[in-house]
Amino acid sequence: MTINVNPPVAPDTQQTMGPQDYIRRSASKVPEPERKLEPVAKLIDVSKCIGCKACQSACLEWNDLREEVGVNVGVYDNPHDLTPNTFTLMRFTEWVNDETGNLEWLIRKDGCMHCADPGCLKACPAPGAIVQYSNGVVDFVHENCIGCGYCVQGCPFNIPRISKADNRAYKCTLCSDRIAVGQGPACAKACPTKAIVFGTKEEMKAHAEKRIEDLKSRGYDNAGLYDPPGVGGTHVMYVLHHADRPSLYAGLPDNPRISPVVEAWKGVTKYAGLALMGFAAAAGVVHMALSGRNRVSREDDEEARRLAAQAPAAEPQDGEPRA
Amino acid sequence: MTDTMMHGAPRPAPQVSKKEIDRGDKLIVGPEVQVNRYTRWARINHWITAISLILLALSGLALFHPSLYWLTGLFGGGQMTRWIHPWIGVVLFVSFAGLFIRFFRLNLPSREDAQWTARIGDVLKGNEEKLPEVGKYNAGQKFVFWAMSILIITLIVSGLGVWEEYFSGMLTIPQRRIAVLIHSMAAVAIICVWIVHVYAAFWVQGTLGAMTRGKVSGGWAWRHHRKWFRALAAYGQREKISSADKR
Repeated sequence: MTINVNPPVAPDTQQTMGPQDYIRRSASKVPEPERKLEPVAKLIDVSKCIGCKACQSACLEWNDLREEVGVNVGVYDNPHDLTPNTFTLMRFTEWVNDETGNLEWLIRKDGCMHCADPGCLKACPAPGAIVQYSNGVVDFVHENCIGCGYCVQGCPFNIPRISKADNRAYKCTLCSDRIAVGQGPACAKACPTKAIVFGTKEEMKAHAEKRIEDLKSRGYDNAGLYDPPGVGGTHVMYVLHHADRPSLYAGLPDNPRISPVVEAWKGVTKYAGLALMGFAAAAGVVHMALSGRNRVSREDDEEARRLAAQAPAAEPQDGEPRA
Repeated sequence: MTDTMMHGAPRPAPQVSKKEIDRGDKLIVGPEVQVNRYTRWARINHWITAISLILLALSGLALFHPSLYWLTGLFGGGQMTRWIHPWIGVVLFVSFAGLFIRFFRLNLPSREDAQWTARIGDVLKGNEEKLPEVGKYNAGQKFVFWAMSILIITLIVSGLGVWEEYFSGMLTIPQRRIAVLIHSMAAVAIICVWIVHVYAAFWVQGTLGAMTRGKVSGGWAWRHHRKWFRALAAYGQREKISSADKR
């Protein structure tokens, strides 16, 4: 099987994916799409990564982004974290394998995992600011983004970043604009060791199988595929030599899922909240209808006048008080 | 007739105390008895808070449920709504702090509150004669006051935590998730308290005047806040609150 990340583009290339392929749209509903695209995936083989950062450069290049000149604090990570401009980042971990005593350099390309069950999309309050295509790509539509940061809270992988320049959220698009014309993502194209490959999800799983077999034959008994079921699987997958311990790789979550707090916020709170407010308002209407207004009676006024007249030195109103 | 009602009342008139009176409360005796209940500044303070709370509810609900997202149109779109909501929150917090300082003393619990609460059924039926005489605020009003106070503190603290533009970096993401959950639950609660507050003001005829013109009728004060009214009748004038009042 060949993994072609850079097929030739014919001059009359048609867009092969568009709004008609949305299967989810934040804070709104989409009609059932007429066709279903083949699910795609990017596979990142951590064991083949040499940490050259060509993928990072290619990402900046393709998306026409620039990063600030940074500061060296003694680690290879540059910049130090994902930013609104850095959609993908090499994270370097030096780990001493307690079984072999070897120092292992674990290099993980961090970025959006394109979850099948995207927490960002679930949390987003702005209609159409986050969309999911039937091939699995989760994309931000910036003109609909309001910059609230709910996607940051929704994401189980700590990926989206809000730009201070335009108050909108940014993350890896899986190069949806390249995929739409039959190209693979820019990072995959740039990777010199083919540690990053792109294709259909089935192809990528099959490819991963072979890589895992190879790694096991080399003594990595726990080698495996990272396609976490807690988020319904992902459209960016890793081959890990220590798949039993994903968190070794710069804190890759062992069992990612949408936080129960986010589920509660976007689930029961949202519906029970509206119901409760509606109930309070309805209770008022019903009470008013049943009991009528609570009116001051003539006797109340009389009593008030009596008591006020006894007041030590009640001040008269303008004009003469009635005799 | 009225004498019998007075003297034949099932319970003795409670001890009247000067402490029942707020600064600015004043009895005005003329053809009709009127009572000054809120000063001009208290009313301005109240309405700034009220407008802020309504705008916050509208802009907050817009981001709370997709079916209400259209409310962002009132604020100039989603980005503007996201930008302005926390600032209105700051205005509300400062404004409510003013109300808190003005009102908290007479909203402290008093003996008759338990009895009043126990007879909530009679309250809802409007059977005022079965209720204890209460001061400037009854237990229901005190509940609204303290619920608002606690919820506003909860909302400002959790709200600052998720104010993306300035403060989001101060909390971890798991903390922010909790903050936003608390913020939305507290918001639902405060909207319900607000509904109770507004409904009660409409239901009890003659109440709105307290916050519009600052005045209520003597009959209203006698019917709903008799202890307060007695205190005003006994001490209001001697205190010279009326003439010293600079409104």
